[in-house]
Amino acid sequence: MATTNRPDSPDRETLVQMYEIQNKIKTTDERFRSMLTSGQIQLIYYSPRGQECISAGYAVHLRPDDYVVTIYRGLHDHLAKGVPMRELWAEFLGRSTGTCKGKGGPMHITHPDSGLVVTTGIVGSGIPIANGFGLAAQLAGTDQVTVVNFGDGASNIGAFHEGMNMAAVWKLPVIFVCQNNLYGEHTPMSMSTGVEYISERGAAYGMPAVTVNGNDPVAMWHAAGEAIARARAGEGPTLIEARTYRFYGHLMGDAMEYMPKEERKAAMAADPVPAFRAWLLENGHATEAQLAEIEDKIVAMVDDAVEFAMNSPEPSLDELYTDVYEEIIK
Amino acid sequence: MTTTEPRIIPMGLALNEAMDIAMGLDEKVFLLGEDIAEPSGGVYKITKGLSTKYGTHRVRKTPISEAAIIGAAVGAAIAGYKPVAEIMIMDFIAVCLDQITNHAAKIRYMSGGQTTVPLVIRTSAGAGRQFGAQHSEMLEAWAVHTPGLKVVVPSNPADAKGLLISSIFDPDPVLFVEPMLMYWDPQYACDVPVGDNRIPLGKANIVREGKDVTVISYGKQVHDAVKAAEILAGEGVSVEVIDLRTLVPLDEATVLASVSKTKRAVVVHEAVTRCGFGAELSSRIHEELFGTLAAPVARVGGQNTPVPYAKNLETAFVPQVADIVAAIKSLNK
Ligand SMILES: Cc1ncc(C[n+]2csc(CCOP(=O)(O)OP(=O)(O)O)c2C)c(N)n1
Ligand SMILES: [Mg+2]
Repeated sequence: MATTNRPDSPDRETLVQMYEIQNKIKTTDERFRSMLTSGQIQLIYYSPRGQECISAGYAVHLRPDDYVVTIYRGLHDHLAKGVPMRELWAEFLGRSTGTCKGKGGPMHITHPDSGLVVTTGIVGSGIPIANGFGLAAQLAGTDQVTVVNFGDGASNIGAFHEGMNMAAVWKLPVIFVCQNNLYGEHTPMSMSTGVEYISERGAAYGMPAVTVNGNDPVAMWHAAGEAIARARAGEGPTLIEARTYRFYGHLMGDAMEYMPKEERKAAMAADPVPAFRAWLLENGHATEAQLAEIEDKIVAMVDDAVEFAMNSPEPSLDELYTDVYEEIIK
Repeated sequence: MTTTEPRIIPMGLALNEAMDIAMGLDEKVFLLGEDIAEPSGGVYKITKGLSTKYGTHRVRKTPISEAAIIGAAVGAAIAGYKPVAEIMIMDFIAVCLDQITNHAAKIRYMSGGQTTVPLVIRTSAGAGRQFGAQHSEMLEAWAVHTPGLKVVVPSNPADAKGLLISSIFDPDPVLFVEPMLMYWDPQYACDVPVGDNRIPLGKANIVREGKDVTVISYGKQVHDAVKAAEILAGEGVSVEVIDLRTLVPLDEATVLASVSKTKRAVVVHEAVTRCGFGAELSSRIHEELFGTLAAPVARVGGQNTPVPYAKNLETAFVPQVADIVAAIKSLNK
């Protein structure tokens, strides 16, 4: 059982809410992969399967006006932060009804109303930008926080170093969530990274840092809650290294020959979403009927979103030159 | 309207006034960069006094972290602020280019217009002080080649002030290139109106009217173009000089109207000639006016080399007044 049993666990409502988010991510991901496999849709797809509990664990602490920055492997963060399912699907499919009118695509999902402000395809680059959101909140004197997500591989790029240092020096209300799935593209962390735990790097910046089992929803919820509370109180940033695993390799179609078969099998056998479901039932936090109802609702939501996206038009060619600048400049 | 005495000030002071005015008008404007706060007020003293007046929360000294500086500016701009980031010297743009080209420039587009990045990156540039190859480049062509960025290169203190205020309140990211040699040199000082006198982006300035040849330039080389025009006036050649002021947006209408009239054009800039802005402008003039031109458009630019250190080599790199004169004459053969 991956889920920690603690007396100070989140209340029942929060636990079920986390499960709902996890299930939404899992169901959406499964639909994307099945439609890609069957050839109904075509796109470059970075599956977040296996990493659901991380996003759910921090997102339930956030308000809509808190900011989230994420990466190409960001579907779980998008859904957790509340990006609407229909617009999300439409954007993935490059339709005019998408979050970004079909002009950004999956790697650049943006939905400011939900607080999902930046999705970047450049490894590590969201980190310095997240500081800007933190700085804006600090200058305005609000208690908004920013959560920036990135991978283990991203902790080796210069932007990580510059961004972590600046956040620490300026005590910015930013939570750095390193979703450590043990691989950067086809390279295991041990071959690219000089420390065993990314959290060891926090000390280099004078920043509190923890490693947490990202597949344990309750542990993740506690770690995120503490970091977010500290940021809201003006006490500065935190680095959270959430250990997890990518079930489907780097991107859809990855042959995964660089991932030991046994390792992957074990990770998938410990799939955190069904494990959390079982834990909720065993501990009396939810009933079978309640969870089944949530799951059915999510399937219907995905069905609806797929239909909406598939039936939406592509953007008009007039959109080519809009949004380059405020005015059209050719 | 009241007329006031001319107020001759250098570009460094004019830029300081522009930021002072913008910060006074809008509390969302803030500055960040290395060493920009007191007591130094920036390595070139362009932000002198501003941290005392507006506080170190709005005039922020940063770590030596260009990517973090521009990244913070990008995020704050999306969140509703109007950051003015200083990159000390233009060559250092290379270490934060990802934040500029992949983020500042593209975010409006990638988000379908939901998020915008109204920031300014001020940077000093240009050869002539024997700073060598890594502290002397004019890299404006990099930015012009990136849709989403606006690019401004002022040629005098009054324009610098008016263009900088406009840039700060512009809804899009602006790379604002300040010719380093002009900051405090009294020979480039000029009358700068007091107060909020904005100059719109995308409006070229006809510095000198003429009828035989059009010389199009920007930044410090505008002064060399005027000197060349003065020399040739003595030889009976009438030269029109256009200061573009902004490369994006580009005031093509003014350029094409002038060249339609003179039928001859020379493009002048300090940046390396190969793939410099002059190549683009020359091409546009040929595309629009080929049949009416009396001669092919000529380019005068920096040599296709890194900027050298030795004084004689550095001078050989930078286009000189004599080069402009020769180019104009070559069109009249
Ligand atoms: C600056 C940059 N370099 C390389 C790439 C190509 N690339 C895309 S994802 C990736 C691996 C990143 O690994 P990690 O940060 O661990 O994130 P994960 O994909 O595992 O979620 C690489 C090398 C890129 N997008 N950006
Ligand atoms: Mg990884």
